[in-house]
Amino acid sequence: MASSNRQQQMNRKTDNIDKSRRSFLGAAAGVSAAAVTPAVVLHTLNAEAAPRSTPVTDEHRWGMLVDTAKCADGCTACVEACDRENGLNLQAPPLGDDELKWQNQRATWIRKVKVQDNMTGTVTNLPLMCQHCEHPPCVDVCPTGASFKRADGIVMVDRHICIGCRYCMMACPYKARSFIHEEVDHKLTRAPRGKGCVESCNLCAHRLDEGDISTACADACSAEGHHAIIFGDLNDPESPLRQALAQQRSRQLRQDLRLNTGVRYTDV
Amino acid sequence: MARAMIRVVLLAVAAAGAAVALSARAEGPGDFVLPSSKAAQAESCVEPTEFMRRNHYEVIRHQRDTTVYGGIRSTKHSLAGCVNCHVGHDEAGQPVDIHAEGQFCNKCHEYAAVEMNCFDCHATVPKGELWNQEVAAPGIGSASYLAASPANGERGDGQQ
Repeated sequence: MASSNRQQQMNRKTDNIDKSRRSFLGAAAGVSAAAVTPAVVLHTLNAEAAPRSTPVTDEHRWGMLVDTAKCADGCTACVEACDRENGLNLQAPPLGDDELKWQNQRATWIRKVKVQDNMTGTVTNLPLMCQHCEHPPCVDVCPTGASFKRADGIVMVDRHICIGCRYCMMACPYKARSFIHEEVDHKLTRAPRGKGCVESCNLCAHRLDEGDISTACADACSAEGHHAIIFGDLNDPESPLRQALAQQRSRQLRQDLRLNTGVRYTDV
Repeated sequence: MARAMIRVVLLAVAAAGAAVALSARAEGPGDFVLPSSKAAQAESCVEPTEFMRRNHYEVIRHQRDTTVYGGIRSTKHSLAGCVNCHVGHDEAGQPVDIHAEGQFCNKCHEYAAVEMNCFDCHATVPKGELWNQEVAAPGIGSASYLAASPANGERGDGQQ
């Protein structure tokens, strides 16, 4: 029996290698365990500061209402606040890039868009970011599953498995996603960022996860006195967002695509 | 002659190996922990040191999915927590990149020749707000270290 076992092991070379490795590692483990054991004390640090301890559910669906009538021409408070909140202002242009090219290439989560009706001359200003669709085209096309919709409706990129193919950027009707072309030297702890991944607005998920129901853009807009952005829970009929949606006529951008966006606009 | 040479070479290699083994054995728990880091003042890591040495990547990887998909940013097993507690500080009290030469992550990974790419994307020093960086037990080094980093405490910083 033993000899036939040995025969099998001889036949399966990979097994053989594994075994010898294991025995070596075992010995090494023994040595290090002997060295380590005396000082090991089971001690859990007091780190109960984080409010969220259960995974997000579909109890909430986060969304926004942008009142374009209140969105001021030339104001970029939301864009700048977003840049600071998510470390986008820490990006540096690659050597030798001209300014225009850099402005087109750098990651931006909110774009300030100005639309003019040439017939009437009516000008509309609006911040355009990820619309957090219920049926996001970016998620449909992602070949690795990196682009996903979180249970609470936030469309995000799991950059651990994003391969940077940029299909999602092609699929997005809102041009909401950005690609990081170069290594980023400076990044915030709350906003990891690396070469070769796609990213976009995540409705300040780090705030929500801490129980802070707000976004940087909405806060900045209010601080400027415009109050054009209302952020809140689309599932809660009592939320200020739903109240506002009930009072004002709003619509989705590219409503024809029937994506059921989480971000709605009035007066467009 | 050639055989003798080989014997000498083998002996030298064996001696070198023994020396390395001895020096490795001399590393006690926490020997890679930098004296200037918060971790130096903690009794142990979030799990027993031996467990963390062997399994920290599993722990971090698990936490990463919990955070990305579940929104649980618990600091106990988060990479931000690792960095916050293990980052070394220079004489001026400024944090030093944790993957820089001779720093906590680099020391072991260099020795073990295991390349990590956490810090291609993740911050190498605690930067930004406090909310996902508080990991050390209350009172441990908080005042001095937090005061040393002007980035802390204010939302929407990032001037460094």
